[in-house]
Amino acid sequence: MIEALESLVLSLADDELIMGHRLAEWIGLGPILEEDIAFASIAQDETGHAQAYYQLLTDLGLETPDRYAFHRPAERFRCAHLVELPNFDYDYGLALVRHFLYDAAEQVRLQALRAGSYDPLAGLAERLLREEKYHWMHATTWLRQLGRSTEEAHLRLRSAMQQLWPYAWMLFEPLPHEEEMVEAGWIPPSTQLRERWLELITPLLREVELEQPEPSAESLLPLQGARAGLRSPYFDALLSELTEVAASEPDAEW
Amino acid sequence: MYGNLTLRPEDIENWGKKVQDEDPEKLAAFEARIERGEKIEPHDWMPYEYRRQLIRLIEQHAHSEIIGALPEGTWITRAPNFRRKLALMAKVQDEVGHAQLLYSAAETLGKSREAMINDLLSGKSKYSNVFNYPAKTWADTAIIAWLIDAGAIINQTTNSKGSYGPYGRALERICWEESFHLKYGYDSVVYLATGTAKQRSMLQDALNRWWRPIMHFFGPPDTVSVHTEKLVQWKIKLATNDEMRQQFLDMYVPKIWELGLTIPDPELRKDPETGRWVYSDPNWEEFWQVINGNGPCNAERLAVRRFAEEKGRWVRQALLQPNARYVTPLA
Repeated sequence: MIEALESLVLSLADDELIMGHRLAEWIGLGPILEEDIAFASIAQDETGHAQAYYQLLTDLGLETPDRYAFHRPAERFRCAHLVELPNFDYDYGLALVRHFLYDAAEQVRLQALRAGSYDPLAGLAERLLREEKYHWMHATTWLRQLGRSTEEAHLRLRSAMQQLWPYAWMLFEPLPHEEEMVEAGWIPPSTQLRERWLELITPLLREVELEQPEPSAESLLPLQGARAGLRSPYFDALLSELTEVAASEPDAEW
Repeated sequence: MYGNLTLRPEDIENWGKKVQDEDPEKLAAFEARIERGEKIEPHDWMPYEYRRQLIRLIEQHAHSEIIGALPEGTWITRAPNFRRKLALMAKVQDEVGHAQLLYSAAETLGKSREAMINDLLSGKSKYSNVFNYPAKTWADTAIIAWLIDAGAIINQTTNSKGSYGPYGRALERICWEESFHLKYGYDSVVYLATGTAKQRSMLQDALNRWWRPIMHFFGPPDTVSVHTEKLVQWKIKLATNDEMRQQFLDMYVPKIWELGLTIPDPELRKDPETGRWVYSDPNWEEFWQVINGNGPCNAERLAVRRFAEEKGRWVRQALLQPNARYVTPLA
């Protein structure tokens, strides 16, 4: 069961760590100062959440949060490809849509974990939801605001949606050992979480005319295997940046 | 668009007036208030020159905060562990928050945030020279967070006692946050100074790189610094550059030595007779070169801000037309 637990917790933690990394890259580059500050704040929350998730594993005698985040080879990461995608040329539309789709998934995932039978995760989910509430408010406020503003804003959001939609869909790729964990009442099946996610986002997307059809099997094919350790082409560069200082003197304290 | 611009130039009766052309009675009453230690508030009468000098000062300070977020910001994604990463994110977020506070304070004097940012991008308005140097290694971020923030605290604590209410209040809050940055910076420096040989040499190299910019931080020596008597009388300028530099050396040189670091100035010592620090010329020519745009990172820093400005333009335009899609006929 420890293997199953590690696979679950790493998928949650790695999503948060890498999302935090991408959000933090926006500091100094936001469209208005208030957004630099908001992204920095959300990035801090996500990074802190990653640390808290890893700590659950540390408590079971596995590695420390710093070992997991800063001293782990790429193939042992379990994040979704959605969070690995670079900020490319810093289109705020792309950043906002990713933030919206990802934080919607967080809402659904954390609510399920809170109701789950694995107490350490349920307790942590309860705590994280208190912060996640504000991420969700931030994402929906901006999506509504920009979605009904200028034609250009709408076009940018639409193209971001089209680009990110298959990636977001794959946030709910079934986890290794999933059946075991569903059986134990820790989590609902991933397909069920995806349904709940769609119920949460569809009315909002309809409001701003950004609804998307179910992605084609072809578009999803290259995105498979993230939860089993298959990384996107963007991950290596990210990881070498993330571990640059830590790896320069691996046994040092900083 | 940001909502702090309560006064526009056209609302201000004496916009553009020289001090000698101001109404003498109003000027005397204004100066008497400052003399009594009262704070000047946005809707109070003030000589145009006072307004102009304050806008210039606060605006430069605000620009320094957003440009200052860049050299450290690039290290967030490379920080070596959770503790440092979270602290650095919070610190850089604070710096951007300070810019927001300061632009708001400057806006109360009649210049909009857009106008200030345009002047930054065109090079018309300056920011602190110190941010035109690169943060080459992790140790540079530790030195910046400790010593540059220490310098900023000295400068800002002094200025917080100035006569303009909104600026003073913003500075008090900023100093409170900066004091955490300083603790974070010092803690990071201590870890490096007591770490491996590689960490110690990394730290010494960073100090060597930053010492000169730190000496420049408080501005040119009093013998060449041009500050009119008026700025002192109006309580815009509260201490001279040399006074602040001496205060910094007094507080931090012993701490730097205590860590076993070498300050790259063989002349540096405290004169027991005068009680003042003596140091070699920190190359003021370089200071003027950097201020005039020829520092190692001037072009890059402004290029990053221009990039952000261009990339974000559609967002700002969209915010100004919140319902555009619902009022434009579709066919």
